[in-house]
Amino acid sequence: MFIGYFTERPYQDERTGFFGATGTPIMDLTVSNEAFDPILAAGLYNRYLDEKIYAEEMGFDGLMLNEHHNTAFCMGGAMNVEASILARITKRAKIVLLGNIIPIWDDPLWLVEQLSMIDMISHGRLVSGWVRGTGRESVSHNIEPHYNWERFQEAHEFIVKAWTTPGPFRWEGKHYNYRHVNPWAKPYQKPHPPIWLPGVVSRDSLMWAAEKRIPYIMLATEMDPTKQAFQLYHDTAAEHGYESGPQNLGYLWKVHVDETEELAEATGRKYVQGPSNPFLAGNEGTVNPALVNLPGLTSRRRVLPTQAVATAARGGGGGVAGVLGRPYEQQIADHTIICGTPKTVIPKIRHVLEYIRPGSIFFWDGDGAMTHDDAMRSLRLMGEEVIPAVREIAKELELPGPFEVDPATGKSIDPTPDETSQ
Amino acid sequence: MATSAQTWSEEIVEAAGGAVQLVKGGSGEPLLILHDELGHPGWLNYHQALAQDNTLYIPSHSGFGETVRQEWIMNMRDLAGWYLEVLDDLGLDRVNVMGMSLGGWLAAEMASMSPQTFKKMILVGPAGIRPPTGEIYDMFLVVAKEFISKGILDQDATSEFSTICPDEPTPELVERWEVAREEASRLSWRPYMHYPGLPHLLHRLKTLPTLVVWGKEDAIVPLSAGQVYQENIKGSRLAVIDNCGHHPEIEKTEEFLQLVKEFLAA
Repeated sequence: MFIGYFTERPYQDERTGFFGATGTPIMDLTVSNEAFDPILAAGLYNRYLDEKIYAEEMGFDGLMLNEHHNTAFCMGGAMNVEASILARITKRAKIVLLGNIIPIWDDPLWLVEQLSMIDMISHGRLVSGWVRGTGRESVSHNIEPHYNWERFQEAHEFIVKAWTTPGPFRWEGKHYNYRHVNPWAKPYQKPHPPIWLPGVVSRDSLMWAAEKRIPYIMLATEMDPTKQAFQLYHDTAAEHGYESGPQNLGYLWKVHVDETEELAEATGRKYVQGPSNPFLAGNEGTVNPALVNLPGLTSRRRVLPTQAVATAARGGGGGVAGVLGRPYEQQIADHTIICGTPKTVIPKIRHVLEYIRPGSIFFWDGDGAMTHDDAMRSLRLMGEEVIPAVREIAKELELPGPFEVDPATGKSIDPTPDETSQ
Repeated sequence: MATSAQTWSEEIVEAAGGAVQLVKGGSGEPLLILHDELGHPGWLNYHQALAQDNTLYIPSHSGFGETVRQEWIMNMRDLAGWYLEVLDDLGLDRVNVMGMSLGGWLAAEMASMSPQTFKKMILVGPAGIRPPTGEIYDMFLVVAKEFISKGILDQDATSEFSTICPDEPTPELVERWEVAREEASRLSWRPYMHYPGLPHLLHRLKTLPTLVVWGKEDAIVPLSAGQVYQENIKGSRLAVIDNCGHHPEIEKTEEFLQLVKEFLAA
């Protein structure tokens, strides 16, 4: 089992009034950055890096980062900057980028170089995920939403070629054109850093990952549709002539551990009390229906069971049916939030692992209105009690991670000695 | 408009390498109508009035409506080039053309490539030129209903508003809007709804009689762009309709028809 740590790095500033279910609801792309305070944000950026370093000390295998643009719920607008810092100041954990939004950059060669440098500086600890990005990403960097999927695929092909094929070579594609591809920096890992794909919505993306034998990470979805989507991955793998397993699939969800049940509940409720985050169920703010349905961004007919886009939202002013606005209590009941002392949390995690059988998991913690102290208490208890117990459960349930069993071949990987000389 | 018999027909024709949806109606000299960024809105009062003296040809652009998308078309000039072949295949030459909004931009691009194709050109609130003052309203940051509403200055006084923008759109209409939005995005995402070279290319239209019609209070494409059109098409006339938004043909139908009929008759 591969165990990672994630927080979305919210911009926490009580003065904005964005806080909490009773605070100012945020609609995507309607909030001016006039509210942004770089002095306060400097503290937050350093706090979130400190928490990642502590997560490594506490035994996490992976430190996960993500990227969004033009929004208060995720300060990681340039995730590779954070990854670069972690590459130098951490020693052992994988730096898991889920992921770079490859369709929104006109110059993927720049990513080839950045990611190679991160991989080298970390001595081969980079996991390089790709995402397609949401409407706000396409709008913010002004990239054609209708070419999102084409650009995604072409950028992937280009980056892998630039990482693996000696240059110089020329690239004349539909969306990218280069006359001289010969990046001097190349990845530390051979043939290239592992590529993973996180997602929630698109059937095309999930089936593409299965076809390419790329691990797929489901982000904070409910358990039944997650299980169905995982089955689609396994079925697609079988169609392409290989047997996928837990090593091909990951699951991220909200887990917070605390010293007492009372403190755990009080802190867990902070998930839904931070600045509105469209991905934090119960605290989505006001959905911007135009952004949910940017023309051509996602095939209207090829969505996963994890998210059905409602017809009403497309022409009218309605929201997205079914997935939004689930109250805290409901999320506790269906295990999409797990919150408690180690004693109560561990059996619930076991239930999730038994039910959906992922080989990688990510605990999404320290988010919403949670403070640094809240995050650090949970990290300590995860390290002392939860992670060791989960590793035992995963062994018993036979849930190998992608560094134990090769997702492409299904064969065991010999453990290599840590290469941590810095 | 209440008519006892439908005066128009719809068919799928083969043109320029694909299936093209074509609405056709009326009698008289052909008038090609190029629809806006949300597709052909259906047969409206102004169509009915113009059909008295003209045979209307209303194709759906590549990817809009039932017209098959030509995947290679990546911008408005691609579309314009393809459309000239559609007109060849439809046998339309030296034809009068009227383009609304994105369709006006399309007409202007086609005319700049092939001025002799058109006999007279009417542009109604055309996109295509970056307005010197103001900005073209971003249709992709709002849903279709909001965009349509923004284009009408006085919805209460516009009898056909509920036709083009019903309170409860049918699933078919919602789907038509979404298809249109995606195709409009393909043609105009960036630069948004304009082509920087167009004002210069319009210089070629020295002998094409051109009428540019604009609602004075157009909140989609600012009137300042209309002045650029007028200045760059020698001999053209810019007719501005007061108390009117982006759709003079729908919001001020009578004034609009008077302008158009006079222009076509001259």
